[in-house]
Amino acid sequence: MKNFDRKKLNRLLTGSVVPLMFLIISLIAIPISKFTGVYLADQIVTRLVRNSFLVLSLLLPIMAGMGINFGMTLGAMAGQIGLIFINDWGIKGAPGLILAAIVSTPIAILLGYFGGKVLNRAKGREMITSMMLGLFISGIYQFFLLYLCGSVIPFKNPGLLLSRGYGVRNALNLITAKGFDSLLLIKIGGVNIPVGTFLIIGLICLFTVWFKNTKLGHDMRAVGQDMSVSGSAGIDVEKTRIQSIIISTVLACYGQIIYLQNIGTLNTYNGADQAALFAAASLLVGGATVAKATISNAIIGTALFHLMFLVMPVAGKYITGQAMIGEYFRMFVSYGVVTLALILHSWKRQKDKEMDRRLDREISSAPK
Amino acid sequence: MSETEALLEIKNVGKEYDGNRVLKDINFTVDKGKIVGLVGENGAGKSTLMNILFGMNVIVETGGYEGEIYFDGKKVNFKDPVDALNAGIGMVHQEFSLIPGFTVAENILLNMEKTQQSVISKVLGKRLDTIDLPSIHESARSAIDKLGVQLDSQSLVSEMPVGHKQFIEIAREINREKVKLIILDEPTAVLTETEADILLKSMRRLADMGVSIIFISHRLREITEVSDKIVVLRDGQVVVETPAEGVDIGQVAKWMVGRDVDTENIKTSKVDKIENKEIIMEVKNLWVDMPGETVKDVSLKIHQGEILGIGGLAGQGKLGIPNGIMGLFPSGGEIIFEGKSLPLNNTLEAQKNGISFVSEDRRGVGLLLDESIDWNITFNAMQIQERFIKPYLGGLIKFRDDKAMKECADKYIDELEIRCINEKQLARNLSGGNQQKVCLAKAFAMNPRLLFVSEPTRGIDIGAKRLVLNALEKYNEENNTTIVIISSELEELRSISDRVAIVCEGKIFGILPPDAPVEKFGLLMSGIHTKEEGEK
Repeated sequence: MKNFDRKKLNRLLTGSVVPLMFLIISLIAIPISKFTGVYLADQIVTRLVRNSFLVLSLLLPIMAGMGINFGMTLGAMAGQIGLIFINDWGIKGAPGLILAAIVSTPIAILLGYFGGKVLNRAKGREMITSMMLGLFISGIYQFFLLYLCGSVIPFKNPGLLLSRGYGVRNALNLITAKGFDSLLLIKIGGVNIPVGTFLIIGLICLFTVWFKNTKLGHDMRAVGQDMSVSGSAGIDVEKTRIQSIIISTVLACYGQIIYLQNIGTLNTYNGADQAALFAAASLLVGGATVAKATISNAIIGTALFHLMFLVMPVAGKYITGQAMIGEYFRMFVSYGVVTLALILHSWKRQKDKEMDRRLDREISSAPK
Repeated sequence: MSETEALLEIKNVGKEYDGNRVLKDINFTVDKGKIVGLVGENGAGKSTLMNILFGMNVIVETGGYEGEIYFDGKKVNFKDPVDALNAGIGMVHQEFSLIPGFTVAENILLNMEKTQQSVISKVLGKRLDTIDLPSIHESARSAIDKLGVQLDSQSLVSEMPVGHKQFIEIAREINREKVKLIILDEPTAVLTETEADILLKSMRRLADMGVSIIFISHRLREITEVSDKIVVLRDGQVVVETPAEGVDIGQVAKWMVGRDVDTENIKTSKVDKIENKEIIMEVKNLWVDMPGETVKDVSLKIHQGEILGIGGLAGQGKLGIPNGIMGLFPSGGEIIFEGKSLPLNNTLEAQKNGISFVSEDRRGVGLLLDESIDWNITFNAMQIQERFIKPYLGGLIKFRDDKAMKECADKYIDELEIRCINEKQLARNLSGGNQQKVCLAKAFAMNPRLLFVSEPTRGIDIGAKRLVLNALEKYNEENNTTIVIISSELEELRSISDRVAIVCEGKIFGILPPDAPVEKFGLLMSGIHTKEEGEK
């Protein structure tokens, strides 16, 4: 019984220790940074709008036992391709964004299927494989935009192309900027709240909850916990895993579209690179592990991670007098969080196994 | 075909793996609503027979089987487990196949969930139907009720005691509507006695409801208690098929282990002489956390100069003993070696103290496969005892002494008759028997005072087996080295050891002289103290 309680306490602690740590650091840094409450609230709302969809797209592969899908950059790239085409066709506002989503969905499905196939051949090493896959597809993405766009694929608007006549320019102003955000924008005490985008994010949360209760979602949970048991029960493990990656990739594609419409400009060639890293860090800061993640982990994590992002550089500037320190700190923290979470997870899993076996031994050698 | 009430009829079934015969001419029947107890040592062919029955892939991939199987009056040949399931055969495996994070009910109905259609699933396909949780719990509860046990269908499997998990597995099988035959492979192995008793009662309940059961267990008491019929397998053949009534445990034990042995092979007992000698190692309350071979509580005295055999069925923990003492797996307890306490979990210290180990994992732990024979033989001696090393500049730089290494390797190649081109041949390219001899040479080269040899004859041919055993015996006589040999083959232990200890359920269950009657060994292996024999 004692062991049992300790296990529960352990689980609670490892679940909340990371978010608490981030909260404490931020609380210390806020007064130093001299930001006002209203400014911070406004900024946090903006960051939530911008990022939470991307973070939510990571949930399903975790549920299916494939860890953090660093291959979500594939989806992000698909979304960017959609946005570039819509920019060229000149369709503005929310309709443009929806059309961009429609154009990029088949690309995302195709990339997701490919990614899922590859990850099925790398069972147990999904995370590093998906990260490498992202870098590889990034090369193809660049080739497509740099050489094929404007030469093989006709562009109407030469303003989008490099001066040599083909290849998309490094940075684009999106004509679809704030397409969703401006739909139902309300202002409460100096804080802008884009209700339209929040509705979309709410929808994806509802989808996730509903999906967990479908047969497919149920199978994903089973596969995520034990592939061989699920397989022997007749669940098609490979197919289930591929489907989880496809859904994640498509959601990441929509997430990137929402992210970019909020920012308003597209960094054509490296815009997607950091998407997965920051989303993964956000999720882990929210108390998720690579084996278990919930919607609240995603939302809380996004808020906390970006709060820290906001205050640390400025706090760092006031303390050291150098703005660079803060920028350095951002990268340091986000990579650090991911590394720490991975180590903690595998360490804990090993400990749990040992403890189970010990418990086993104690039970069976107890006097009968 | 159904002239009797036979549900399952196995006729002349045989099986060969790569020319290795594992099953020969198996015949027996399972009647409707009856429990058949299947008994046999490791390697007797139980698992192969069950794999055939359940249509496992290994059988199909290795060329199918001979003979015929009739199930429910029809001739069957299952191509995969799903076929067998559909025909009405359920199998509960020795390892749990449960999803830890799911509730009891979710596990019982895994991939057989009741679902509800929704608008979305009508468009996008059946897999997007929503799960109907209340009805899942309902069917789970009815399956649990059939077993007659107390289980909460809502609790998580990961938070349940081990004993309950077995019931979940069985409930899963009986939940299938068509199930007619359930195969239980060692279901009581992880249960306490009370839990096992409940399980036996549940089995009887099921049988009374008309479900036939094949019950595999090494606990002979359970077999005689619950079975209607007992089938004993030995060396791939059915030696006995008999109604269980009136059969006593000792009889079954004898059937199980007692092949017609040429008695001259068995070493005559000199236990008295051994036990007068001083103790070289005393093991007190050792536990070892070796997956699949857990040692729970072993206390043992090893005498100077003896060959001690340690036997027992697979998975009972006999392999864990040397692996724990040598520090290859986490362990605890107390070990006194030559009057001094030996630290646990420290391989280097154990080796430095003159204890060597020939691992059962020849290719993994025992050898550097991509290095030559002489390297392999001298490697440990070089690492631990700093032999075969020439120091220069007052020990500042050390070089290998290739000449001494070659001499040593040649000596052992000659002595142990290692068949190879020369001492530079890679260990990978040797046959299993010769690899084992290299492992022995490696241990001998350390000049150990105590030598653990684990499964020395596993996977090598008969000729090489004899050579390996002779080499061990000779080394013991010439150097007065104490040897502890761990093996699954009882006959082998009885032919070489001065005393044979039998391990069961992580403990030493008894120590016998090698010439003790064979059924006594069988009883110990099944976890029955020979003293109890008189009482029952």
